[in-house]
Amino acid sequence: MELLSGGDMIARALEDEGVEFIFGYPGGAVLHIYDSLFQNCKVPHILVRHEQAATHAADGYARATGKPGVVLVTSGPGATNAVTGIATAYMDSIPMVVLSGQVATHLIGEDAFQETDMVGISRPIVKHSFMVKKAEDIPETIKKAFYLASTGRPGPVVVDLPKDITNPVDKFEYRYPKSVKMRSYTPATRGHSGQIKKAVQLLLEAKRPVIYTGGGVVQGNASGVLTELAHELNYPVTNTLMGLGAFPGDDRQFLGMLGMHGFYEANNAMHHSDVILAVGARFDDRVTNTPSKFCPGAKIIHIDIDPASISKTIQADVPIVGPVDSVLAEMLSLVRDARKADKSLPDAKALDIWWKQIDEWRDTHGLWTKPRYDTSSDLIKPQEVIDTLSRLTNGEAFVTSDVGQHQMYAAQYYRFKHPRRWINSGGLGTMGFGLPSAMGVKLAYPDSDVVCVTGEGSIQMNIQELSTCTQYNIPVKILNLYNGYLGMVKQWQDMQYEGRYAESTYENSLPDFCKLAEAYGHVGVRVDKKADLEGALKEVLAMKDRLVFMDIHVDPHEHVYPMLVAPNGSMRDMWLSKTERT
Amino acid sequence: MRRIISVLLENEPGALSRVVGLFSQRGYNIETLNVAPTEDDTLSRLTLTTVGDDHKIEQITKHLNRLVDVVKLVDLSEGAHIERELMLVKVRATGAQRAEIKRCTDIFRGQIVDVGPTVYTIQITGASDKLDSFLEAVGDAAILEVVRSGVSGIARGEKVLSL
Repeated sequence: MELLSGGDMIARALEDEGVEFIFGYPGGAVLHIYDSLFQNCKVPHILVRHEQAATHAADGYARATGKPGVVLVTSGPGATNAVTGIATAYMDSIPMVVLSGQVATHLIGEDAFQETDMVGISRPIVKHSFMVKKAEDIPETIKKAFYLASTGRPGPVVVDLPKDITNPVDKFEYRYPKSVKMRSYTPATRGHSGQIKKAVQLLLEAKRPVIYTGGGVVQGNASGVLTELAHELNYPVTNTLMGLGAFPGDDRQFLGMLGMHGFYEANNAMHHSDVILAVGARFDDRVTNTPSKFCPGAKIIHIDIDPASISKTIQADVPIVGPVDSVLAEMLSLVRDARKADKSLPDAKALDIWWKQIDEWRDTHGLWTKPRYDTSSDLIKPQEVIDTLSRLTNGEAFVTSDVGQHQMYAAQYYRFKHPRRWINSGGLGTMGFGLPSAMGVKLAYPDSDVVCVTGEGSIQMNIQELSTCTQYNIPVKILNLYNGYLGMVKQWQDMQYEGRYAESTYENSLPDFCKLAEAYGHVGVRVDKKADLEGALKEVLAMKDRLVFMDIHVDPHEHVYPMLVAPNGSMRDMWLSKTERT
Repeated sequence: MRRIISVLLENEPGALSRVVGLFSQRGYNIETLNVAPTEDDTLSRLTLTTVGDDHKIEQITKHLNRLVDVVKLVDLSEGAHIERELMLVKVRATGAQRAEIKRCTDIFRGQIVDVGPTVYTIQITGASDKLDSFLEAVGDAAILEVVRSGVSGIARGEKVLSL
């Protein structure tokens, strides 16, 4: 058997695990590891400009590919800088392995230079964490980290590595385990068949059904079987912010996103439904509005891999714990059997009435039946930018976003045809996510269009990554919806604080973003005339091998609608414009 | 409603902090907590008492189960069980009070485990409410110090919490 140092074992384990990229930043506690990577590792390392960006880049990579993203940071500030990115991945259940350096074992607890209790700090935002105390344990611990991160409900796993165990002198036998078992960790491998039968029966008796699916369908690679089931039944489908792309955006049965800024037809269909099939979704407060007023007439079937997500905020009538793909496949075959035996299922007449009702909602206020923003305005409307982008890229680009109004416009107006193309921080809502996550996506799919939709607030939270993009030639496209405000903050201040803009404006302090991009060696394109928008966007998308920063000056006073009325509203209570309410 | 949850936990560094952290992080209450190794030295047994309605207890047990270091758990209060807590109490015992406290200790089937010229130290075991009653009987004025172990418990009959 081969003898390797701790540092070499880490490098080798990452190779043996099939890791494609390491996103990281060196420092004192990880220098042995970096030396091993330099000498003995085929896995490319991407040197970011800030550890937060390393985690977001790994996160973007993971969301787009389904494989765990890998991060390597040093102890102390390196580790704490990674925390926001770890929390982002945790909230959205993204598989990630974070290797953090730690001071040498004999210094732990001494307040040594660059010491921080990373296992302690990250505890509430990881699926699990390890501190490796002996170099011999490195291979198995890394295997366990990847196993935990990528199975069951995925999530980030931290492996804290004291410097002394990675030293190049002490060598140990290396064998990377093919698989690991943990007696205390046994994620469900299939759903309870009795429950699945009950669910199918309920589903087939529905008169006003709706299928509500979340990030779990994307993460669980179940969008194919979901689409088949929905088509088999001809039931309407709505996706959460995290679930977009799980059902094709151009399908007639798709109602768009639901929730706080969800589509009128989606929120109404939920509210008036009699049976909800919830798949890989967690009845988040941004979806349900006031829980006591949530969908008063609905029976709820809830499928999730994580039992703790079921009946957490909304009680499920038929809970099913299991992987969404296999549960949906089982449901589909039962539905087909049942329909063979009884051709009258489901009730075609009731369904017809239901669809007529839904189409009426679509016609009156749907965002895709006709533009609901002012098309006669001289100003560029942010919605129009996304609408145009969606059309020009045929709904097939990878779109990453930051957090705020631009994120909601992207979610509403980009018609995703495929899963894993919409990359955004839904749970934590992390500004600064867009550009680094786009890097991770573009590295994984160099031949695809990768567009980061952002705003001038968010982009400045990780703008230093323009330099990383130069170093590794990562030609993403940045669409900055420039409105001169922290737009979502301003919208709330308009609606709830009588327009008092407390710290939501920049007062002419913003840089010329085009020049800034050029300073990093990229292309800057400014658009402030509506007539130029489509042409400029086409040109930018055609520049395949350049990073282009498109600074698009949009109407500064636009609001995102629909918007659920809160507090105390139900899902059908929405603002439809600045003046119009349901 | 008060519940007794008993957990088999990997005997690993940091495992306890994950359990305790979960409670503060999600706003659950721990009333008592008791943890020690078992006959299998890779496992610790942790027993905690908490208060909550059925929905909250369901959430607590689900989230506990989600922790990778939690091997198994049981809500002992769901079935017949034996509950014990150990308490050491130091009380002022002078003059006529010495005999009175001795009598009270006997009634509660406690033991005086240390005697000083003006104090007794009493050991008493039982369910938590019995311990509460003893403290009430002795009275605040006499009590100098109280140490309680927190609740331990085990199911009655054949039921076993093990691997």
